[in-house]
Amino acid sequence: MVELWDGLAQAFWLVVTADSELVEIALRSLQVTLTALLVACLIAMPLAALLAVSRFRLRRVVIATLNALMGLPPVVVGLIVYVILSRSGPLGVLALLFTPTAMIIAQVIIVVPLIASIAHQSLRDLWQEYHDLLISMNVTQTQKMQTLLWDARRALLTATLAGFGRAIGEVGAIMIVGGNIDNATRVLTTAIALETGKGEFALALALGFVLIALTLLVNLCIHWLGKTEREGRW
Amino acid sequence: MSTLFPLQIHEAVTRRHGKTLVGPVSMTLDGRGVCVIIGPNGSGKTSFLRLLHGTARLHSGSILWSCSTEEARRRQSFVFQHPVMLRRSVLENLLYPMLIRGFRGKAAQAQAEAWAERTGLQDTLQRPASVLSGGEQQKLAIARALVTKPDVVFLDEPCASLDGRATREIETILTEIKAQGTGLVLSTHDMGQARRLAETAVFLLRGRVHETGNAAAFFNRPKTKAAQAFLNGDIVE
Amino acid sequence: MKRVTMLTVIGLIWATGSLASDVMRMAVTTSFHNSGLAEVLLPELRKDLDLEVQLLVVGTGQALKLGEAGDVDAILVHSKTAEEAFVESGYGTHRRQIMYNDFVFIGPSTDPAGLSDMETAVQSLQNIAEAEATFVSRGDDSGTHKKELSLWEDANLDPGSFDRWYNAVGAGMGAALNTASAMDAYILSDRASWLNFGNKGDLALLFSGDPVLFNQYAFLPVNPARHDHVKADLTDKLEDWLTSDRAKELIDSHTIDGETLFVFNAQPAD
Repeated sequence: MVELWDGLAQAFWLVVTADSELVEIALRSLQVTLTALLVACLIAMPLAALLAVSRFRLRRVVIATLNALMGLPPVVVGLIVYVILSRSGPLGVLALLFTPTAMIIAQVIIVVPLIASIAHQSLRDLWQEYHDLLISMNVTQTQKMQTLLWDARRALLTATLAGFGRAIGEVGAIMIVGGNIDNATRVLTTAIALETGKGEFALALALGFVLIALTLLVNLCIHWLGKTEREGRW
Repeated sequence: MSTLFPLQIHEAVTRRHGKTLVGPVSMTLDGRGVCVIIGPNGSGKTSFLRLLHGTARLHSGSILWSCSTEEARRRQSFVFQHPVMLRRSVLENLLYPMLIRGFRGKAAQAQAEAWAERTGLQDTLQRPASVLSGGEQQKLAIARALVTKPDVVFLDEPCASLDGRATREIETILTEIKAQGTGLVLSTHDMGQARRLAETAVFLLRGRVHETGNAAAFFNRPKTKAAQAFLNGDIVE
Repeated sequence: MKRVTMLTVIGLIWATGSLASDVMRMAVTTSFHNSGLAEVLLPELRKDLDLEVQLLVVGTGQALKLGEAGDVDAILVHSKTAEEAFVESGYGTHRRQIMYNDFVFIGPSTDPAGLSDMETAVQSLQNIAEAEATFVSRGDDSGTHKKELSLWEDANLDPGSFDRWYNAVGAGMGAALNTASAMDAYILSDRASWLNFGNKGDLALLFSGDPVLFNQYAFLPVNPARHDHVKADLTDKLEDWLTSDRAKELIDSHTIDGETLFVFNAQPAD
């Protein structure tokens, strides 16, 4: 219990004094995760829309696979990405191991199934509603997908936030592929793991509170952005 | 006049899960004025409209417009019994059919506003379509179906769940657009509405055209027993 | 307006991060990192050589693997036999001794196995085994783990045959110390990790000083003949610096709680 209060107090001072190291790793956390999230959305959203509107042979297989991959253990993703990006691996020449880019790649792999699955569920429901109308209007496949993605954007925001939560709090994979290098690939979660390892529970907790606060802040920002268009409730 | 018509239907059949919903049907529609499809529940009115519109699968036979099927498809629209509202504002719902045709900007805006005006929705333009009343939603659906100036509009029991006032308003709109030369093919349960609007009547029974002809003649002196019974309000199956 | 604000924020997030002109990667052991010596040496390196050394903090086993795969430019570890095998297999060009520290036995302050009265490390282990006192082993193929295993061997004991009192946790030094603290167990640790450990609980340093517990750190540059992307020029510069008088002064004067941790013992270049 003492550690909890110490942690809170330390978190408070770290934030108040804008500790330069804290600011750096917090910004790097955001940089890695937001980039991964952007890339993941660009992959997952069209995929979800495609799965909602088209009927191809492997569709069910893809959906089942995505659902299963939602529970993909990040450590395994990390290991696979590590082996591939290692200098001795197939993509070793890219020299990406132990860089933020490697961490972004791992996070993209981890969150794409999650975002695509959640997005697909809401798009599928909307597609049932819109199906007759859009078929009657003779819209193209691309237009169907665009229409669904636009009109379901609130639900997609939820999917995105779920992806953000999973990515920013992830430690197993980015620890492996990033290497937790000070000044280069250390982010909040790996720093927490490091401090815990040193038995510095109060500092680890402090970083944990900062992580929670940051997550809340980003969530609020995204909701606030979403409200810029006043369209009432749907 | 449009070059869509005459529409020639020859031995057209549509099935679902192995059950024949409509057909075989053979007839010719000239597209003048309002063609009303009547018949008891389950007689295939909706399937028949969808078959003509091209959204129900044609299993055998043929449905031939006087122009190519693609062109015909572009020049018609459909209004459902339960209006499907896009989760957008009224204005955006009206703009949507033009948007997917690549028609946007000031002209599209003006056209959408003109139709909102004609259907009495001009004060609701910025509101979400989903908060409109049932009657307003159906008027919006009709306006949205008309905003691309189709040559023919299919309407599947458009007033089925509406009250008298909304029904009257919609009939007024339909009469107006009929006067401008747009062909209407409409199914209805409301015999009063059928009599008020129809030029041609098609009586469906068990998926087939049981009797068809000039509406006035049909309603005054139906030739078949089933049609007589149906118009008398008896139960026909 | 809101969008502009957001874009500005995102832009600021992206604008972070600037590096020294030369960057190289070195795998080091947890014990070296926990000593805090890195925080002393790295800034000086940056100042003297304009060289940024990125540290991957891992166990000796993984450090050697990273070197074999060519994912780092050099390694700094403490497991002589494994290091020699590494050089022999051609993964490293050579092995250069830098400094040493020592291992210590940590255990519950009540000391049920009576370690504080022992003369040698081997005796200590025999006592622990006899008393079947709870013991935590790194069990992660690290240098510390290898040291522990060789000590058991010297004591003619086989950890494989031990009962439940012997716990191989498969974790780094800090995590293993956390476990030992929670279990009130004995554990072999390097002195630096122990001194810097923040969760000592009821644990205490019970035995140290046996020369067999000395822990030699060596620097091994990865062989550029095997991995041509390795920054051999930078590892050369780093090696020269690590074996210089400047490094000697920094290493020898580094203390935690007034205790000296490392003894510089690099031989000048021939």
